[in-house]
Amino acid sequence: MAAEGQAIDALSQFALKPFLGGLGESVRLSQSNGHMLIALGLIAALMMWGTARRAIVPGRVQALAETAYDFVHDLVVGQVGEEGAKYFPFVFSLFMFILVGNLLGMLPYAFTFTSHIAVTFALAMLVFLVVTVIALSIHGTHFFSYFFPEGAPKLLAPLIIPIEIISYLSRPVSLAVRLFANMVAGHVMLKVFATFVVMIGGAAGIFGIFGAALPLAVNVALIGFELLVAFLQAYVFAILTCIYLHDAVHLH
Amino acid sequence: MSEQDGFTERLRQARTRQGLEQSKEPAVKTVGTGPWGIGFRAGVEVVSALVVGIAIGYALDHWLGTWPWLFLLFFVAGSAAGIMNVYRLFKPRGGRPGI
Repeated sequence: MAAEGQAIDALSQFALKPFLGGLGESVRLSQSNGHMLIALGLIAALMMWGTARRAIVPGRVQALAETAYDFVHDLVVGQVGEEGAKYFPFVFSLFMFILVGNLLGMLPYAFTFTSHIAVTFALAMLVFLVVTVIALSIHGTHFFSYFFPEGAPKLLAPLIIPIEIISYLSRPVSLAVRLFANMVAGHVMLKVFATFVVMIGGAAGIFGIFGAALPLAVNVALIGFELLVAFLQAYVFAILTCIYLHDAVHLH
Repeated sequence: MSEQDGFTERLRQARTRQGLEQSKEPAVKTVGTGPWGIGFRAGVEVVSALVVGIAIGYALDHWLGTWPWLFLLFFVAGSAAGIMNVYRLFKPRGGRPGI
């Protein structure tokens, strides 16, 4: 916990560094990319190990894999409808990648790659482009009627259409900013309160030890809250993807 | 007999889950976020629409050399789009919560 010169250094945790020291430096791999690879490995291990035995009574790993599968499957089918089941692999990959990324960031010494807007915006643009391509391939040029609600007076078209287009284009921005801001805010709070523990504990002898217990208790509560946020933000990202897919499949 | 009924019910539920049977009731799911979460979401919606509007206006002005008129126009349009995003956030859409 860095508390050099009484300044709280909450943002250096987001700086990119070479992964595994010299090895990452030689191949220009940052620890952000390294943690993405770790997340991919964990997801692949979970799904492959979990589905390897195909036991009728599942063990722990199989139960976890099946729960994750069922959860996302229910989400996609519930939001998009039965015809949306073919988009399940896309939503499942997104959900698991973000969820494991968020949870990985809660471990000590680990890096949260979802706290970089470059990463979240890339994911959001992927969703935006996939959804737009699906809508165009299903509805063709009829897709553009999405920007003009039925029954609105024709006279208002020059007003409504730019607003609807801006509203549509703002989807990836809000998707990216929501995930990014939640992860950054959470980790900054954790760092600030952790720095308080060190500063107060080191400052006033025996009273400092008791005084430091308060921010330490806050930090314990924050860890629990951040675990909730990690899951909730992955869920929100997945459900918004499903809602956009619903709009793309059904238009309105 | 009751065992038989329980099996039929579970079979129906499983078939509905897998999309083999049309379920009549729409799926209602609410995201459990507190007032802070809802407020944050609404704020993000407004700001992102505003950012997109400003970016479009600025780019068009830069291209056409009409600074600052298109910027101002798209600033207003972006604000309207932001308000509409927030409206959509709270408007229930076909039995589903607008998230």
